[in-house]
Order: sequence, then C-alpha cells, then structure tokens
Amino acid sequence: MATATAMATATAMAMARVTILAGHYGSGKTNLAVNLSLALRRKRPRVAIADLDIVNPYYRTMDAKDWLMGAGIDVIASSLALSNLDAPSLNAAAARIFDDPGLSAIADVGGDDRGALALGRYAARLGAPDCRILFVFNPYRPRTATAGDALAVLREIEAAGHFAFTGIANNANLGPITTAGDVLASLPVAGELSRLSGLPIALTSLKSDLAPALEGKADNIFPMEIIKKPEWII
Amino acid sequence: MKGNEAVAEAAIRAGCRHFFGYPITPQTEVAAYMSRRMPKEGGLYLQAESEIGAINMVMGASAAGARAMTSSSSPGIALKSEGLSYMAGCDLPGVLVNIQRGGPGLGGIQPSQADYFQTTKGVGHGDFHIIALAPNTIQEMVDLTVLAFDLADRYRVVSMVLADGILGQMMEPVVLPEYAPDAQDVSKGWAVGGTGGKRKRNIINSLYLDPEELETMNFQRYERYAQIGRDEQRWESYLLDDADIVVAAYGASARVAKNAILEARAQGIKAGLLRPITLWPFPKTAFAAAADKARAFVTAEMSMGQMIEDVELAIRCRRPVYLSNRVGGMVPTPTDILSVIQKANAGHDQ
Repeated sequence: MATATAMATATAMAMARVTILAGHYGSGKTNLAVNLSLALRRKRPRVAIADLDIVNPYYRTMDAKDWLMGAGIDVIASSLALSNLDAPSLNAAAARIFDDPGLSAIADVGGDDRGALALGRYAARLGAPDCRILFVFNPYRPRTATAGDALAVLREIEAAGHFAFTGIANNANLGPITTAGDVLASLPVAGELSRLSGLPIALTSLKSDLAPALEGKADNIFPMEIIKKPEWII
Repeated sequence: MKGNEAVAEAAIRAGCRHFFGYPITPQTEVAAYMSRRMPKEGGLYLQAESEIGAINMVMGASAAGARAMTSSSSPGIALKSEGLSYMAGCDLPGVLVNIQRGGPGLGGIQPSQADYFQTTKGVGHGDFHIIALAPNTIQEMVDLTVLAFDLADRYRVVSMVLADGILGQMMEPVVLPEYAPDAQDVSKGWAVGGTGGKRKRNIINSLYLDPEELETMNFQRYERYAQIGRDEQRWESYLLDDADIVVAAYGASARVAKNAILEARAQGIKAGLLRPITLWPFPKTAFAAAADKARAFVTAEMSMGQMIEDVELAIRCRRPVYLSNRVGGMVPTPTDILSVIQKANAGHDQ
C-alpha cells in the first residue's frame, strides 16, 4: 500500500519546473503549496516557494518561513507580509522563479479574482511549457460547492490574472476533521468540474492518513500533512 | 468557513437583507461576502462612503423595520459612535460586527481585544448600552450573530458581535442554521414606512425638547437594560467546579487559556475557565459564585487590562485578580498565561 501511495505521489509530482497554485479563497492553497514544496525538495536540489498573496493579512506561507528555510527551501515573500502594514505587495525576487532555469518553484497566489491580480504581473511568462497553473478546488467552501459555481470562479480568476489554468488540484477538505468519505464524496464534483472546464485532475491532495482509503479511486493522489497548528487551535 | 464569512452567512439566514459595509482589515471579507450573497437573496448590499455613512444607513433601514447590519474593525467602530448613540436614543435595533485589531490610533491589522472599554463602557455619547456578544469559535460566530438579531429586536437595542482578527480570519467547519423567512415579520408596530392610511404616524426621533420627557425616556430605557442584565447574562464554564484559580478570558484568548489550564492541571494546579459570552451584560452572577470557592482570578486579555475591571467589580474585590496580557497584535501563548496562573497559585504579588 505504501508503495502504491509512493507511486501515486510520484505521478502527482511529475510536474513542471514551476507550479502555480491559484483558486478560490480558503481552498487550502497555502497548505498545499508548503507540502508540494517539501515533496519537490526531496527530488530537486534547488527549490523555492513564492508567496504571491496580496489579499490575506494573516495565515500565509510566511508563517512557516523558518521551518521551510530549515528544510532547505528558499522562501520568497514580501518584506511587508505579516507586518502591521496592510499594503498589497510582491517581492521583486519572485521573478526568479521564472528567470532561473535551475530553480524549481511553487507559487502560492492569493484567493479569488482579487488575489489572482498579482499574476497579471507575470502574464507573459505564464504560458511557458515548464510552468503549470493549477486551480485549487475545495467543494466544502461556500462559493464552490458545485462544479458550475466552481467553474464560474475559475473563469473569474483566469480573467483577472490574464492566464489559463492547465489543471485542477482537488483539495477537498474540512480542515483537520476531514474524513475519507468527505474526499470520496468530492470526486464526482471534481470530475464534473474537469469535464466542464476541459482541465485534467492534476492531483488529489489529502491528509496522508486518508491516502490508503483513496487508493485506486482518485486521480494522482498527493498525501499531505497539515502544517504548523497554531496554539490557539484546540 | 472563515469567521468573517460565517458572520455574513448567519446574518442572511437570520433574515438580514440590508447590509451596509465599508472595508477595513481584518473584517473586509464580511463586506466582500455580502456583496456577492445579498443580491442572490434579493437583499441589499451597499458599500457606504464611510463607516459613518454605513451606520446611519443601518439606522434608516432599522427605522423602517428591517433587520440591518454593518461591520467594521476597531477604528471604524469608533467612527460609528455617533450613529450608535442616535440609534439608542431612537430605541432602534441593529447588529454591528467588530473584528478587532490593534490600537490605539491606526495601530495595526493584527488581532486585539482592546475595544472592551469602547464596547461596554463608551461606545457613544449619552446614557446607553449595547449588547455585546463574544464568540470564541466559528460556530459561535454563526450562533451569536443569529442571537444578536433576535436580542436586538426583542429589546430594541443594538447588538454587537465582538470578535477579533483571529476569529475573523480563521477557518473551522460550521453547521449553518435554517433560514428564518419570517424574521422580517417580527412585529414592529413602532416602525415607519407608510401608514397605509390605517394608523397614526410613527415618529422615530432622539430629540426631546422637554427635559422631563427626555428624563422619562432615559429611565424607561434603563428599566429595559436592567431586564437585559437580569435575563441575558451568558457564559461558559470549563473545569470550574473544583478550581482554585479561575481564568477569565473571552474570544480568542479563551482558546489559548484552555490550553494553559490543561497544562496547569497537569502540574497539579486546579485551574478553570470562566468565559464571558456576553460582555454586556457582564456575567456577574457567575463570577460572584466563582469567587465563593476560588482563591484567585486571572484575566487573560489582548489589552492592557480592560475586562479585569469588570471581574474585580463582579467579585467585589473579594479575591486577588492577576492580569495576563499581550497587546499590539501579539497573541498570547499558553505559556504566557500559565506563568500568571502559577503566580496566582503561589500567591505572589500581582
């Protein structure tokens, strides 16, 4: 079983040099981005994670900066992230993930069409063959509970960011209490979104303890851990 | 759902169809969510020109009998003070959400609980109160928003859901209530909006030319406040029965306090939590009862020490009250609170 999961992970990770994660608000992009960067780092020597979130004031990649740096991953984020200054800003160094061919990278984009505005800055580079852009999808969020609603959000994001998604990351979750049943129930919805959008399910991300129950049932399983739990979450 | 979204959805399900917003971090998602959802429900979302405009629009909608709401964060609430006082003077119900951030002044965008005084003691000029409900989970963000509308209508007062940046921004699963389609029909014989030629005109007003009449209105209003004080105190007790040390904390601080209490218990210190859910009316009854058994109290707040004054009042200073606090957007850790519990347990100087 472990071997099958490892193979599934390998499929999910057979990725382009740059993976950009965009999607609706609260879909779980940051947790997925951190896990993808850790998995990528196990395969590639130079890995960066770029925090392109210009929307969220808290709970972002920067929260895990020290931990990620310790794992050998370069963290590129605005110097204003998590500060008391409420100014949407990007780090100019984020352009490195496109310009440096030896660097593998994950980019974590802010939620909804407003968050995707940040990608417009890089629009000319987003169509490159070594770049994939995944729509992170969670049907357990209010605005994306059905495939039709999710498709509308997907199109809004593409229009705002001046790009086209290349795949879907089915990240169906209810946080720490997510069950295998929750993920199973999401598969037809994700499948319908795939059909409507014409985009493949690039990966199905889920808590690692749920992976065995989904073996053989979901496309490109990517087992994850939930990153650092703040002390006030009890 | 995210806390800010949960508040908005709960309001819609409670029958609110009039929302007047203005952006400010960390509450902007309330307005953003409403802007998308309200039109689908046939309701009105309007971004006002300012916080002051928004509260005055709430006043107008409320005067016409509608369930109306606005939301903001600390400095924005201060701007609403005048409107809140006028609503109190007119005995108009309404719901206000405050997702607190650090201050004073522009302060910062990180979480805080420094608006306790503003909410419970001085939310506007003149003699009046608003009901203040303090959730500590996203489920409570939902439940207390619904309750806020019900209490506001029942007592003709403004209810505030007082949360902080943590609760506004964090996500937890929630169970949403059924829609309350009849909420708009709550009997509001006092509302304006057309007599249809069938009744005397109603007048909504806070100006009284006759001082005796104004005095009477104030006394009558305070009789209603006294009833709220008697009937609407709410709190949660956690490991309180045998507690020597009572930790008083609300909202996000109470979440951290629970972890500190468990750690204290592991060290043999009998600590418990008394969590006010209503900050006004303050749950004096529960605190007075706890003081009969406990040796000392600890208030854990993200402020320079505001709720501590109500704790001391409620227990008539019969026990020492220690303060554990972080401010400026810093969130306390369980270790921060535990160290003060240990100090209280040892009877050290405050």
